[in-house]
Amino acid sequence: MRHMHSRWGSQISFLSLALVLVALPFVMQNDFHFDIATQIAIIAATVVGLNLLVGFAGQVSLGHAAFFAIGAYSSAILTSRYGFTPLPAMLAGAVGVAVLALILGKPILRLKGHYLSMATLGLGIIIAIIINNEGWLTGGPDGIPVPPLSVFGMELSIFEQYEIAGYTLSGTLLWYILAAGLLLVAVWIAQNLIDSPIGRALRAVHGSEVAARVVGVDTTRYKALVFVISAVYASVMGSFFAHYSGFITPQIASFQHSIELITMVVLGGMASTYGVILGAALLLLLPQLLTDFQDYEMMMFGLILMLTMIFMPKGLLPTFQQILRRALRRSPKTDP
Amino acid sequence: MIEVCDLDKSFGGLHAVDQLSFCVEAGQIYAVIGPNGAGKTTLFNLMTGLYIPDSGQILLEGENIVGLPPEQLAQKGLCRTFQNLQICMNMTALENVMLGRHRHLQAGFLPSLLRLPSLRRSERACRERAAALMDFVGCGNYLRTEASAMPYGALKRLEIARALASEPKVILLDEPAAGLNGAETAALEQLIADIAAQGVTVVLVEHDMKLVMSISQRLLVLDYGRKLAEGNPDEIRKNPDVIAAYLGA
Ligand SMILES: Nc1ncnc2c1ncn2[C@@H]1O[C@H](COP(=O)(O)OP(=O)(O)O)[C@@H](O)[C@H]1O
Ligand SMILES: [Mg+2]
Repeated sequence: MRHMHSRWGSQISFLSLALVLVALPFVMQNDFHFDIATQIAIIAATVVGLNLLVGFAGQVSLGHAAFFAIGAYSSAILTSRYGFTPLPAMLAGAVGVAVLALILGKPILRLKGHYLSMATLGLGIIIAIIINNEGWLTGGPDGIPVPPLSVFGMELSIFEQYEIAGYTLSGTLLWYILAAGLLLVAVWIAQNLIDSPIGRALRAVHGSEVAARVVGVDTTRYKALVFVISAVYASVMGSFFAHYSGFITPQIASFQHSIELITMVVLGGMASTYGVILGAALLLLLPQLLTDFQDYEMMMFGLILMLTMIFMPKGLLPTFQQILRRALRRSPKTDP
Repeated sequence: MIEVCDLDKSFGGLHAVDQLSFCVEAGQIYAVIGPNGAGKTTLFNLMTGLYIPDSGQILLEGENIVGLPPEQLAQKGLCRTFQNLQICMNMTALENVMLGRHRHLQAGFLPSLLRLPSLRRSERACRERAAALMDFVGCGNYLRTEASAMPYGALKRLEIARALASEPKVILLDEPAAGLNGAETAALEQLIADIAAQGVTVVLVEHDMKLVMSISQRLLVLDYGRKLAEGNPDEIRKNPDVIAAYLGA
């Protein structure tokens, strides 16, 4: 049966991702490589969550950087000024974001069309302004330092070496392992959700909202649910990003950052969990490969977004899979 | 089963449904016919909560359901298909039917996130029920197919399977034979009879007179949103108003 295939398929995809993540440290040669890989993993986990909302449920958020930033700043502020340890701070940020997304999402998601895009765009702008202006709390435009992540009293810093079971491991490697593990958990949860009745209802909201409703799906409730889930993904990843970076600035709350996240989803492939990871990797690697990229970043993202929409509306990975499937079908069958 | 009293709906100046009253008995195949624009789809949209009537009542098993949204009516056992297909093209055929079982699945949030054994079991059962329904409506050979790759006739039956998956007491079919060829229409006639034989009340909007006359127990003829006639197939055939306004044309 097809469904058996797709479950098999998703398990193989998951294992492949895990293999790639395990293999990378053997290929990467210096701290700079590890740094990029860790950032990619954190942002990829964020867009895996965003994809649940945009790709699967078809609801566009243009302000997701706000949730990422709230998570990051909650961790920074609560740990540095209010004596929280990192995990409770992260949790507090996530709960705050969940409540905010619920309050914002419930009334807006009742409406059809582009209201969610507009409202999230507005939220993004407001959060960015607050972070910039409330310098006493957030450090303002200059940014704010974030204490290192500490788990059970052990601080995880990229500048340290750690003795574990007789091996000496660098902080950069441990951070990479943590980020890669987070990405795997993020993917696992997202895939579980998509394969469940909840995921079916979400995809139906995208496929035909009226069809979903007449078979009993409370579409408003499900849209609010996925909005909250994707916001919490962003918040948690924002918290990790803050601890990893050690220093955050309002740039992470900017409209530009929101657009980056959306571009990763669209480029990699809407409704393709592994596609959006590819999208995140490509868009974070590109500035490293093209030194001029940074000067024209906004323009480049706009261009990539436009070209993808026009020439490859399904995104990289789904388009590639489609080409591969066609090629396989056309090739002569060798089995009896 | 269903009682419609003085139902009224206008769009601007257009009276799409006009002081309409009728009664559908449990277990009946009840047909609604009338020329294009007569207000048949609007009537279905009112009955399934997609439109709110300007005035009037709709009783389902004695309870006024006006104002309830479609998802709550589905919980009460009312389901429908659409004249213009409403299939989720981003899913497989089987998943579309599995969606129909939504109201019977109590998938908790955590079991879904963690794919707990309880969820796997209920999903397997759901998949089996859905596959059996696809067999029942005659699209069993499309189990593995993406909905977007299915031919039109199969999609029409798939929509019926999805509606049946919700285990409705009443199913409303909006022009299920439209666009089907002769053989497909004959199969559809048998399918509708089978559905009714299972005790499901069927309300049917259809243009194919041969089909309507042969399977429905009662007919309602609409013209400009008003009731032109109501009765059994023989009475409708002989009704001079109907002959003049509709069948004769
Ligand atoms: N949402 C709507 N807005 C405006 N007019 C509508 C709407 N839905 C239906 N109508 C009008 O109501 C009348 C009845 O339409 P409909 O119920 O679709 O007829 P039928 O299904 O019998 O062909 C038509 O004149 C149609 O144009
Ligand atoms: Mg119609």
